[in-house]
Amino acid sequence: MKANSRNWPIGLLLALILMLPTLSIGQEEDAFAAALSQLKTASTSDRSQAIELVAAVKQPQAVIVLQALLDGRLLKLKSTDQLVIGTESDIGYQLADALDAKDLGTVERSATQKITLTNSLRTELRKTIGRLQLNDADAAIRLAAVNALAKAVDEDGLAMLQEHLNSEQDEQVQKAIKLTLGLEQLNSPSKLKRLEAIELLKAHADQNIVNRLNELVEKDDQGQYVEADSDVRNAAKTALVSINSDLQLYAGIETLFFGLSLGAVLVLSAIGLAITFGVMGVINMAHGELMMLGAYTTYVTQQLMPNHLGLSIVVAIPAAFIISGLAGIIIERGIIRFLYGRPLETLLATFGVSLFLQQTVRSIFSPLNRSVTTPEWMSGALQINDFLALTWNRFYILVFCLLVFLLLLQILKRTRLGLEVRAVAQNRPMAKAMGVPTGRVDALTFGLGSGIAGVAGVALSQITNVGPNLGQAYIVDSFMVVVFGGVGNLWGTLVAGFSLGIANKLLEPYAGAVLAKILVLVFIILFIQKRPRGLFPQQGRAVEG
Amino acid sequence: MTLANGFKNDKLMASVMALLAAITVLIPLCNWVFPVGSPLYFSAYTVSVLGKYLCFALLGMSLDLVWGYCGILALGHGAFFALGAYAMGMYLMRQIGNRGVYGNAELPDFMVFLDWKELPWYWYGFDQFWFAALMVVLIPGVLAFVFGWLAFRSRVTGVYLSIITQALTYALLLAFFRNEMGFGGNNGLTDFKEIIGFNIHSDNVRASLLMLTGLTLISAYFVSRWITLSKLGRVVTAIRDHEMRVRFLGYRVEMFKLWVFVFAAMLAGLAGALYVPQVGIINPSEFSPLNSLEIVIWVAIGGRGTIYGAIVGAVLVNYAKTLLTGWMPEIWLFFLGTTFILVTVFLPDGLLGLGRNRKEQKS
Repeated sequence: MKANSRNWPIGLLLALILMLPTLSIGQEEDAFAAALSQLKTASTSDRSQAIELVAAVKQPQAVIVLQALLDGRLLKLKSTDQLVIGTESDIGYQLADALDAKDLGTVERSATQKITLTNSLRTELRKTIGRLQLNDADAAIRLAAVNALAKAVDEDGLAMLQEHLNSEQDEQVQKAIKLTLGLEQLNSPSKLKRLEAIELLKAHADQNIVNRLNELVEKDDQGQYVEADSDVRNAAKTALVSINSDLQLYAGIETLFFGLSLGAVLVLSAIGLAITFGVMGVINMAHGELMMLGAYTTYVTQQLMPNHLGLSIVVAIPAAFIISGLAGIIIERGIIRFLYGRPLETLLATFGVSLFLQQTVRSIFSPLNRSVTTPEWMSGALQINDFLALTWNRFYILVFCLLVFLLLLQILKRTRLGLEVRAVAQNRPMAKAMGVPTGRVDALTFGLGSGIAGVAGVALSQITNVGPNLGQAYIVDSFMVVVFGGVGNLWGTLVAGFSLGIANKLLEPYAGAVLAKILVLVFIILFIQKRPRGLFPQQGRAVEG
Repeated sequence: MTLANGFKNDKLMASVMALLAAITVLIPLCNWVFPVGSPLYFSAYTVSVLGKYLCFALLGMSLDLVWGYCGILALGHGAFFALGAYAMGMYLMRQIGNRGVYGNAELPDFMVFLDWKELPWYWYGFDQFWFAALMVVLIPGVLAFVFGWLAFRSRVTGVYLSIITQALTYALLLAFFRNEMGFGGNNGLTDFKEIIGFNIHSDNVRASLLMLTGLTLISAYFVSRWITLSKLGRVVTAIRDHEMRVRFLGYRVEMFKLWVFVFAAMLAGLAGALYVPQVGIINPSEFSPLNSLEIVIWVAIGGRGTIYGAIVGAVLVNYAKTLLTGWMPEIWLFFLGTTFILVTVFLPDGLLGLGRNRKEQKS
């Protein structure tokens, strides 16, 4: 009891402190409700004041109400005289309470009455909303507000932006404001101001600026320059030249990026083949189907953990490696083992395997394509400016491809398995004589190559449809990459994959996607005539083997 | 070894050829003599399906010359077949005249549809049968010549060659899919009406086409056999077995290879030309690498290096395909895949090798 009595002042204080915000919220709500009711009843001339009152309320709902008013969606229910926000639907209006956004069901259009605005009110309202949003805590909303103001600029708006610029912290919003101001300044009667604006604008790649500057250097119908002053015109021309060179750079970067990402897909799909084909001399026509198994593994893991899509991809990578790797080992031990030294026969037998696997998947999962959801952290794009956006999924695939490549390189270089694999590749009988268990090494090498095909399948599932024909689409391409790069050389595969990817994307704008692909194929066919052993041919005795 | 000796020594071959001759002569004859509805009258379906098999047999045989005798595993042989087929298709297309949907006497329907104003230059001449017939062998022949000349001269061999032939057919597949190429794009050429003045859908024309295919196949067989038994054929076989030695003996290996490759491509083109009027359509999917691989399957299953083995393989596999895809479509690829694995692992000489081995063991 004693303790309690001693503590009571603190308890009271705490209670008071806890009550304070509730009190103020209560006050805000009352003020909001009052402002709303004034908005509802006021005559057209008093509405301006009511709008100010609503705007003074520091609640997100206030902006929503004002926006609805501007869009002509703020309605009065004829029956209860209640203010509501309506959204058009098939049968009438879907209503929400203006005060607290509570859902009020649907009514017919005739049951409501629109709160009307005059033109001058509308202009004022737009500014008010802009001002409110400019002060919003969320930078994205501020940016949207600047862009909205930029679309319908007037002096007040500009003044507002100018004023806000000083207090703005976010760089993107700052930039957007500067651009808007700069574009406006181009209309200034003062030549110096216009020149200054051009100077400011030319550093930015933005579609609006390009359009506006183009206007400056054009002639109108009478053959007169829109911009009378030749200095300004020349400045605009130089600015356009510099912006255009920027744009070309961006286009170049984009092509390079797309080329690299296509190359990454090619490298991923070819690198497993480079091991089985290059190191073991086995042509695995079922390689594409092993990738398909990897893609389906991704699909299955996603089905198993539907609530953790982002995680499921990460789980799918080792799972796909194991499944495709095991399938590879089974193929090697069951079939290929009997066909060593007869490369053309292995080609045929593994083609049989590929048909078998295709049909198996078709029977289990149906012949239709299955969709694999891209996790959130992989979707979307890195928007660098108006002209350059890099998609995340392609970016991740590029990184992933390099990781897989480096890992594989390390395995071959540093581990015992790698050493044995290289020994068997160089001289099988000698390796055998030195005690390398060639049978086991063959099985493991094939498993490794197949496992990597499975991992490539996980990456493919992010950019293409997962279906029984997935492997077929990539098998010809991956053979091209291996042959172009030179068999038995992982670096060759990497260089070949990336250069073919980039070549493809460079040709595409001129020739179209299909023709570009045909040209690349013809190029490889001709290239093989010149250098029958690829870019980086194998040296030494293994060549004639 | 003369031909007569060949028949005596190889009873299997003799019986295959006899069966082939029977199909070629008896079925069309029955259809001419007996009225429709009689038990000895073969339905239009049977006739055209048999015709199709014989075309495939001719195609398989041409691949066997390249693969079985010369050791070149061409994975793009279907391209030559499809090119021959397109050449014939172009002739049949021009024969439609103004009976197409748009009634344009000069332009095929798909060109009218694409809003083309005049015939592309490469369609000139295809209204003449003799010209089309020439192109049927000339186009595949020229392509094979250029491709082979480049490849064999630079000594591209083995797997590399297999893969670039696959690239060749893949590139052609992509090219023929394009509408701008002027070959009907995705849909290809179809809707044919008549061939050298005869209605292409009449039973008599079908029977004649079957007969023509059979005769072509039989004569192609004897020509091929004669080639393989000639000195040229011996050298080609030697190249298959050890290219390096033949080269050291002073033979110009690439010329021999080129010769066989071009001849086989022409045969394949001929097979394609016979195929189109009997099937009634040609589209780019004939170029797909998968089709070319299937040809390899026929030859492997029949037994390569025998010429007539390819005929047996092509007919058997396609018969199984017709049966299984009609009966249980999902089984077909399992069947094909498994057969393929089993044949390559256990029967490197194909089904004919099975018979031959047994005979050798007995004697």
